[in-house]
Amino acid sequence: MVPIIVLVPAALFCLYRALVGPSIADRAIAVDMMGVVFSAITALLALRFRLSYLLDLSIALAVISFVGALALAKFLEKRSLDD
Amino acid sequence: MISVLALLFLWMGVGFVLLGALGLARFPDLYNRMQAATKCVTLGVCGIMIGIFLRSGFNPLGVKALICAAFILLTVPVSSHALARGSLIAGVKLWKGTVKDEFTKDRGAEPIIEEEK
Repeated sequence: MVPIIVLVPAALFCLYRALVGPSIADRAIAVDMMGVVFSAITALLALRFRLSYLLDLSIALAVISFVGALALAKFLEKRSLDD
Repeated sequence: MISVLALLFLWMGVGFVLLGALGLARFPDLYNRMQAATKCVTLGVCGIMIGIFLRSGFNPLGVKALICAAFILLTVPVSSHALARGSLIAGVKLWKGTVKDEFTKDRGAEPIIEEEK
């Protein structure tokens, strides 16, 4: 349980950067990192309570943050999504 | 022995994630932040997943943790590379102490560096 409590400030730092970040890319990278930190927290919860299906949720969070970051990167390069 | 190794990997991972998130909050410009956050968080989350695998062994929990570690190791650098390239093209300013920006020079433009206050 202790590693989960220690990881919560990491997610809060990412949230701070996502709230105040001057540019869109700052917010994008902060939300991306927050997704990965949440995936780690979910995996630790799975270990703590011995529920292996929580790790599926962890993989799904990693996939969602990856796809979101790629879509935002394409948007920043001023290209369309099917290019 | 294995249990000690698992705890070592787990706490190493937690420490790296915490330091990476601190860098994300404190560093001066987008590219510094991205470098701190991406590298540290990738290594840290992979450490946490390997610790979970060592802790639980070859059952569904451990194998899924290994798969998740491999996936994160492959995807987080790709997404951060794409975001850094996109923000250089979109013209996010570099920190005022920046020395070199070869990518923008190769594209035939001037690097946009933040002015001294």
